[in-house]
Parts: sequence; C-alpha cells; structure tokens
Amino acid sequence: MRGSDILTIAGKQFRSRLFVGTGKYPDFAIMEKALAASGTEMVTVAVRRVNLDRTQESLLDYIDLKKYTLLPNTAGCYTADDAVKYARLAREVGMSNWVKLEVIGDQRTLFPDNEELLKATKILVKDGFVVLPYTNDDPVFAKKLEDAGAAAVMPLGAPIGSGLGIRNPHTIAIILQNARVPVIVDAGVGTTSDASIAMEMGADGVLMNTAIAGAKDPVKMAEAMRKAIEAGRLAYEAGRIPKKAYASASTTMEGMIE
Amino acid sequence: MEIRLNGKTREVADGMTVSQLLDELKLQALRVAVQVNTDIVKRERYAEVALRSGDTVEILTFMSGG
Repeated sequence: MRGSDILTIAGKQFRSRLFVGTGKYPDFAIMEKALAASGTEMVTVAVRRVNLDRTQESLLDYIDLKKYTLLPNTAGCYTADDAVKYARLAREVGMSNWVKLEVIGDQRTLFPDNEELLKATKILVKDGFVVLPYTNDDPVFAKKLEDAGAAAVMPLGAPIGSGLGIRNPHTIAIILQNARVPVIVDAGVGTTSDASIAMEMGADGVLMNTAIAGAKDPVKMAEAMRKAIEAGRLAYEAGRIPKKAYASASTTMEGMIE
Repeated sequence: MEIRLNGKTREVADGMTVSQLLDELKLQALRVAVQVNTDIVKRERYAEVALRSGDTVEILTFMSGG
C-alpha cells in the first residue's frame, strides 16, 4: 500500500480501494480475520430487526469501528420509498449519513430498478445523505445519478453473488471516462483477476462480498483480493502497453555473430 | 397493554416509553433505530415517547450484508 495513492469520496479519504461486505461468512470470527486481511477501511452492513435474544453474538462485536467505516446498505428494498426509509433507519443506527443505495427491480437477477433508484437518490441527497448508488453498467444512467448528486457511482460488474466477473468492460470503461465522481465496481467479482481487471481499467475501487465470504478460505482470498486491487491500481497508474497483432522483439539483433 | 414488537405480540406496562422498552430488552447499549408505527423515533426522544396499546414497534440494528 502506498501512502500517496488516496481515494477520496465526499471528502473522506481511503488508502484501500477495496470495500468489503459483511454477509455470508462461515462465522463472525472468520469475517473479522478476512476483513483484516483485505486491508479494507469501509465495510457494508444491512439494517435488520435486532435479535431480541441477547445471548446471541452481534455483528458489531466483531467490527472495530476505529478501523472500519460502516457503509449501511438498503438491500432488499424494491421501491424508492422503502430504500429511503431504510437509509433513514441506518442513519439513526449508525449516526452516519453514508448509504450504499440499492433499489432492486428483479428478484432473480437483483438488477437495480433505475427509475426508483434515481428517485431515491434525489430524495436522499436533498436530505443530506452521502449516496453511493448500486447501478447497472449503463453510462447514461451513471451520469444521471452523478447529476442527481451521487457521491460515487457503483456499476455492477455482473449480478450480485454471480462471480461472473466484469461482463461489459467496454461500458464500464465509458462510465469511467465520463464520470466526475469516483466509480466503484460493485458486485460480480469471482476471483482476483476480475478485481484486477476493474482496477487496471481505472476503476476507483471495487466492492465485493461473496467472492471473499464464499471462498473455501475467506481469509486467504481476502489477502489475495487486497493484492489484486493493489496490483491492478499500480498497473493502471503505470500505463499498460498497447495491444498489437505482431511480435516486437525484446532482445536486439545487434551483436549477433555474422 | 399489548404492542407488536418486531413482528411479534408483546405485553408491556401501560404507558411504557421507548427508553423503558429498550431498558427492559437490555438494548440500551446497542446501536439501534426505533420505528413506532410509521415514524422513526430519534434517539433524543426515547425518554419522552410513550407507547400506546396496539402500536407497531420495530427495533433495528446493523446485521451482516453486502
């Protein structure tokens, strides 16, 4: 990790460009270790009914709030009204005004409902929230969200939990070219190369959950993802060579025996 | 009186405030959000908002999620 490479979202600085979800780990202890291995500084959480049986462990017992910023999501919301309500509940729980805004349009694909997403973004921005909307990989719509005041846009690489990687790199590239706010690729990562590809293209960060939590060894995968994100970022900054159809020799012909 | 708490019926003392309910549930120390019927009750109003019979109360917190 290099100190000079800082990602800034809504005035908040991040040295890690990897954002990690807290769902689906085998247990909280593994999650805690995986989060540490990932090097992440911001983790997503959901807002749900409290467990009234206090003998059970709580997620927050395993998240050091001095190390991690919480990013509450509105997962499971299918309308703008619902998402706005959950964002406000999250603000009340967390006393922070950041939200990963999800408004889902379809149960099987978990693709966003753009119309409702834009509506919710406008309401929450007006209400003082820092809104990070999870959106389609649609350059026109990403721009609309940005114009509506989103602090970052988070296009999906592929459906949530699918592990299919970056399905439409060219549309993500267009989003990156046009955006004036940070672009976080959210969802779809299956393994390290997917994360690297997003970062090599110039994505400002990647948000993932299942790729780490669902791996056979989540802690090892978390470390792998940290390295993939850093490698991809460095390669982007270094500037890759252009692709060519023919070879160009790395070794000079000069000095060969005549 | 009876209230509906997180989807289940619960018997509580008449006129119980949100603050007293959180005490009874041993949730005071936890980060939660409280919604009574359709309104979010702000933290600073927990002690003054009294519940009424039949109220629907939701107490939420952060749970695992992506």
